[in-house]
Formats: sequence, C-alpha cells, structure tokens
Amino acid sequence: MDYFLELFFGGLTRGSIYALIALGYTMVYGIIQLINFAHGEIYMIGAFVALIVAGVLTIYGFSGISILIIAGIIAVIYASAYGYTLEKIAYRPLRGAPRLSPLISAIGMSIFLQNYVLLAQTPDFLPFPSLIPDFTFMEPVAHIIGSPELVILIVTVVTMIGLTVLIKYTKIGKAMRATQQDMSMARLVGINVDRVISVTFIIGSALAAIGGVLVASYIGQVNFYIGFLAGVKAFTAAVLGGIGSIPGAVLGALVLGWTESFAAGYISSDYEDVFAFGLLVLILILRPSGILGKSRKQKV
Amino acid sequence: MTNMLKEFKQSIVVTIWFVFLTFPLMVVRVNTMDNIVEWRWMNLVWVAIFSFILSYAWRYMLARQQVKKKDAESDGDRHGKIQLLLEDMSFRYKAMVVLLLGALIFPLVFDTYQSTIMISALIYVVLGLGLNISVGLAGLLDLGYVAFFAVGAYSYALLNYHFDLGFWACLPVGGILGCLFGVILGFPILRLRGDYLAIVTLGFGMIVKVVLENWSEFSFGPSGIANIDKPGLFGIDMDLAGSTIYIYYIMVAMVVFTILITMRLRNSRIGRAWIALREDEIACVAMGIDMARTKLSAYALGAFWAGMVGVLFAAKTTFINPASFTFMESAIILSIVVLGGMGSILGVILGAFILILLPEYLRAFSEYRMLAFGAAMVLMMIFRPQGIISNIRQKYTYKGVKEETDNG
Repeated sequence: MDYFLELFFGGLTRGSIYALIALGYTMVYGIIQLINFAHGEIYMIGAFVALIVAGVLTIYGFSGISILIIAGIIAVIYASAYGYTLEKIAYRPLRGAPRLSPLISAIGMSIFLQNYVLLAQTPDFLPFPSLIPDFTFMEPVAHIIGSPELVILIVTVVTMIGLTVLIKYTKIGKAMRATQQDMSMARLVGINVDRVISVTFIIGSALAAIGGVLVASYIGQVNFYIGFLAGVKAFTAAVLGGIGSIPGAVLGALVLGWTESFAAGYISSDYEDVFAFGLLVLILILRPSGILGKSRKQKV
Repeated sequence: MTNMLKEFKQSIVVTIWFVFLTFPLMVVRVNTMDNIVEWRWMNLVWVAIFSFILSYAWRYMLARQQVKKKDAESDGDRHGKIQLLLEDMSFRYKAMVVLLLGALIFPLVFDTYQSTIMISALIYVVLGLGLNISVGLAGLLDLGYVAFFAVGAYSYALLNYHFDLGFWACLPVGGILGCLFGVILGFPILRLRGDYLAIVTLGFGMIVKVVLENWSEFSFGPSGIANIDKPGLFGIDMDLAGSTIYIYYIMVAMVVFTILITMRLRNSRIGRAWIALREDEIACVAMGIDMARTKLSAYALGAFWAGMVGVLFAAKTTFINPASFTFMESAIILSIVVLGGMGSILGVILGAFILILLPEYLRAFSEYRMLAFGAAMVLMMIFRPQGIISNIRQKYTYKGVKEETDNG
C-alpha cells in the first residue's frame, strides 16, 4: 500500500509539473491554434536562469528559502520576457500564413534556443542546488511524500487558483476568452488582439518557468535538453485533456503523470516514455478531441 | 531626418532589450561545484552590436516583404530567372547530363575522404526527397522521419547478423519494412489534423529510439551492432577505397532513381491528389479523392525511401547504434526540405548539399550548425516560405479549344 501511495504522490507531483507547462500550450493553442514547440525551451530557460541566479546568490551568502524565492521570481521574469520576444519574432510575422509555416518556425525556434543555451552555457548536466528545505513535520510520511513534493503541489495549486481568477474575473482574462472564441469578432468589439496574444505568451511562459524552477530543484540537475522532452510530454498532456481547455490540460497532465508513475513502478521504468506516447496515440484514436475537449466541426 | 532618428531609437530599444534578455545566459556562468562565478562581459558587447545591426536588417526585410506582397497581388505570379531557366527543357537536359557526368567522375578525381562526405550528402538527398513526399507534396508534417531510417538500418543489420543476408537482398526488404511501419503509424493518425500528426510522429520517433536502446535482446541496446557487411559485388574482394567508390556509385544510382520516381509521382494522379490535399483538405475530399488512401500512400512512400537508404547507411558505416537516430537527425532532414523549398525536387537536392557539405567544410563553425539551422528555419518561414528554389506548378494552357466549341 505504501508503494502504491508513493507512486500515487509521485505521479501527482509529476502531473502537476506537466500541468504547469501544459497550460502554456493549451492557452496558446486555444487562441492562435499553434503548437508552440519552443514552449519547452522557455521552461528550460527558466530553470537555467534560476540555476544561475541561485549560484550567484549562494556565493554572495544568501541562503535557503530566500534564494528559492529570488531565483524563482527572476526566472519567471526572464521566461516571460523570452516568451514575449519569441512570439514577436517567430510567430507574429506569420499570422495569416498557411498552418504549416508557424509550426516549422516554432520547431526552428526550439532548435535555436536549445543550441543557444548549449553554446552560451554548457552541454553538460549542471547540478541544481536543492533549494527546498526538508520540513521536520513531514518526517512521519517522508517515505510516501517528501517535502519537495509537498512544495510542488502547494505551489501548483496556488498557481492554478491564481490563473483561474485571472481568466474568470479580470478584464484581460475576459479578453482572452473572447479572443479564443472568435478572433475577428473580438477585434470588432475593440479588443487589442495582438496584446492579448502577447499576454497569453507571457502568462504561459511564467507558468512554465515556475514549473522549471520546481522540477530542477526536485530532480537536482538541468541541461539544455530537458525542455524538449518535458515540452513534448506536456503537449501530450494538453492533447489528452482536450487542447484549448484549461481544466482539461490539468486533468490530462495528472492522468499522464499517474500513467507514467504507475507504469514505471509496476511494469518497467525503461519504457516510461513509450507508455506516455502510447497513451497519446490511444487517446487520439479513440477520442481525438481529448477528455474534456469539445469537438469543433470544421467549416468551409 | 525624424524618420532616421525614429529608426535609431527603435534599434537602441531593441538592443537594450536583447542585452537584458541574454544577460544571465551569455554573461554569467556558474560553477556550482567550486562556487565560482565567471563573468563574460565581452559577450554583452557582441550581443549589443549584433542586435543593433540585426534590428535594422529585420525592419528592412519586413518592409521589403510587405512591398513584395503587394507586387504579387497586383502582378499575378512571377518567377525568378532561375525558375524560368529551369523550365526550359533543352537547358534542363544539358544540365542533367553535365551533372551526371560530374557525379560519375567525382570519386576518380577526388580521394576517398571526399567520396565519403559525398556519400553522406547523397544519403541526405534521398532522405530529403523522401520526406519531401509527405511534407512537401502532401503537407503532412513528419517529425519522426528518422525512425523509418532506423527501421531500414536495423533491418539490414539484424538480418545480416542473424541470417547472413546480403546487402542487395536487404535493400528492398528495408524499404518495404519502412513502408509497412509508415502504414502502421499512418492508420491511427489519418483522422487527425496536421499539428497532431506532428506530435504523434515525434512521439513515434522517440518510441523507436527508446525501444532500440532498451530492448537489448533484440537490438543490442546502446552499444549497437558492429561489423555489418559492406555491399558485395559478385563476391569480389574490395579494399576500403574500392568499396567506398562502389557505395558511392550505388548511392548515385539511388539518387537518380529517387529523382526519377518522385518526379513521375509528382505529376501523376496520386501526386496531384497529394498536392490538392495539402492545399485544402475539405475541398479535396469533396472532389472525390479518397483521403485515407492518399494520405497513407504519401506516408508509406516517404517511409519507403527512408527504409531503403537506411540499409545503405548501415552498409556504409558498418556500425549502427541508436545514437544515430535522434530527433536532431529528423530536424536536419526537415530543415533540408524546408530550406530547399517544400515540394521542389531541385530545391531539396540543393538544400541537402548546402546543409550537409557546408558544415563539413567549415569545421570551425560546425558547433554553430544547429543554431544556424534553427534560425534559418524561422527566417525562411518569415521571408521566403517557398524555399531556395520554389516549386513551379504545372499549368495547362488550352490552345484552340475555343474554335472547337464554336464549331460544335
């Protein structure tokens, strides 16, 4: 039973990280129908910036939780800036182009950013300081769920609530929902669609950076390639839940996290990625619109 | 004057923004082991200079793009001089003969090393042409193309290892196996739209690699398979130089074969169906084209070439392991197709030569290769989506139809 619970919480933690990244995919897809392939790279850049800031702060004598908070905030700022710039350079000039063009541009951007970090920093894995302290009150249950997992879960839940509030109750959230429903109509009622898209990219990138910082200090190492796999997985999660739907992305991420965790725990950890993609193919065959997605009829 | 000042201001803003953006990654390097921070301030200066210049270039190119768009709208479609020259049939034949002769005497003039490089460039030509069928003609974005390449390579390596089958027996087998995998993968994703297809193929590419790495009893794991037979020529023993030249000629023959087939395919009924499908799926289905069959055939044929050239790759290197079949490989092939010009056969060939030979001869810059590929893919999509050499669509010109209808 303990083993089951351990896997359950492991899957939950993993799923909540996926959810943070998947939200960026699903929000961008909902608005401009583009798979932002470079989103995983934003997550990786977030983790890298956090690592660099944490390294500098450690040397200048900061400690513990203050490093985590400062590094996290700077990582979020930088990731948002990268997300914003990415959209401006690679996607905005291609608005209205055939669907394949922005997709290829996104793949190009993903390759570019990976190699940019590779050349500017290092091709090796860098050890990431474990910034999350071990809480004493967690000790009785530490074999099932550790302190880092708890922090990840709490941060994720808080972020989700924040995002829900932002989308449901603020003016920009309303504008985002309107743009998602019908872009040209939104423009007609006076919504600055370009700004909405920029904001979407910024929010998505910030979420990815939070995920990046958390996962890097949880796993304990980063390199330039971590974003790619995480990005693909998170996209899988978004498709699983029904792309374009925000609760769907969270649900899909959790399902994916549990699938991977249980499959790795009970069957074989070598084929973890195979299970994830197998699940994706299965979902796409059985229910292409995803668990919570609405199937949109194509109109001519 | 105010305009210039405005431009200058804009560039300064862009420069400051990029300096801010690249600061932590370009300037600071932390060694977390020894707690040393390295500050590389020089990089900041470079970033500033480059972003200042590039922001001017970027605005200029965007403005030119706008002008061009307007021109194209008012002018119908125009083509460059190269395209017009290529349309000229007599020139085409002459050029083909010259190129073929050049290709034939190449290994006799240059040494083995050059031939080896040329072989790998030709391998990418075939891969590019194969991917061009699904991406360029049918518009199905395939990000796991290298998986079919791996299927071909491993089928030869394993058949050779277990059953001692020769190269020529395995060549069609590799192709057919690749084809089969294409169909198997194609079936579930037929109903999906383009973007989903991209992610599923990406996943498939990863699955193949993970399976090859972990299923040691089958594929010998990450250590790979060594001592694969080189292609034989009626049992004649050849030294290294001889067999390299031999493989080179096989490769040239294969490229010619591929070009011929893809050229014929493009102008055939099925090729036109692919292009129609790429342009508008709904209209295409409404016109009575069997979507499932058309998509599957594009997929399977694309995979066929990858499988076949995979066999040749295994025979050339005599050693394969899963590390040769990463996503980066798929990305390189895709950028060949994109940069060369989607759908254009000559463009893809040129793209393969540029992308494979250039880094080979500019060794000093080879670490920047993928960086440049990535940037080139983005820039190409924005400024020249049709690629280096764009594909000209064949058009029928009706002559004398009018009189006939008048008489009738």
